[in-house]
Amino acid sequence: MKLLYFAWVRQQTGVNEEYVTPPHDVNNVAKLIDWLRERGPQYAQAFEDVAAFRVAVNHEIVDFDAKLSGDDEVALFPPVTGG
Amino acid sequence: MTVRVQEYDFDVNAELAALTVGQHNVGGIVSFIGLVRDFGDLESVASMTLEHYPGMTEKILDKIDSEAVERWNLSSSLIIHRYGYLEPGDKIVLVAAASEHRVSAFDACEFLVDWLKTKAPFWKLEEGNGNAKWVAARMDDKVASARWSVKK
Repeated sequence: MKLLYFAWVRQQTGVNEEYVTPPHDVNNVAKLIDWLRERGPQYAQAFEDVAAFRVAVNHEIVDFDAKLSGDDEVALFPPVTGG
Repeated sequence: MTVRVQEYDFDVNAELAALTVGQHNVGGIVSFIGLVRDFGDLESVASMTLEHYPGMTEKILDKIDSEAVERWNLSSSLIIHRYGYLEPGDKIVLVAAASEHRVSAFDACEFLVDWLKTKAPFWKLEEGNGNAKWVAARMDDKVASARWSVKK
């Protein structure tokens, strides 16, 4: 699974992108976030407040109950501010 | 029907001229140019760095553009959005809608700006006076965007 981080999420995790292989039971966005939080204090801090960031799976913004599979591209980022 | 995401600046006159070449049914073009201000979430802004999500950005802008063309039957449309390091006065975005009648061009241009503010994956880092702050999403932008959720 490819993970991408943007803006302050990228700064807090200290990572632009990474490939991860979570356990099989991590099959939706909410479980992925729980799993990410366990990876270190910088992840725990970045994903502490679920209202503060958004998740896109394969370029589509999704809810936290969205299903995930191993070849998905998952991006985590603050609410967007274009224009 | 033209969407571009680019680091470099654009020439508004050239872009608008190109928009309607050979399309003599067009009665008007409405355009919007977004600029970097010297104030924002920070009191004093010396620079703004725009980050985006390559791949998703183009998809979302294409979707927004197609939606506008379909809803207002536009003759042509344009979204150019910059990323990277910008300073106050620099252009960030150019949006334009060309149609047979002005009302649809005005509405479509507003729609394009409202939706790209709340849907296009860009983030803005303001810096000035030794401070740095990511610009927060604004509730009034969400409200402006939501008024287009029902097709007119």
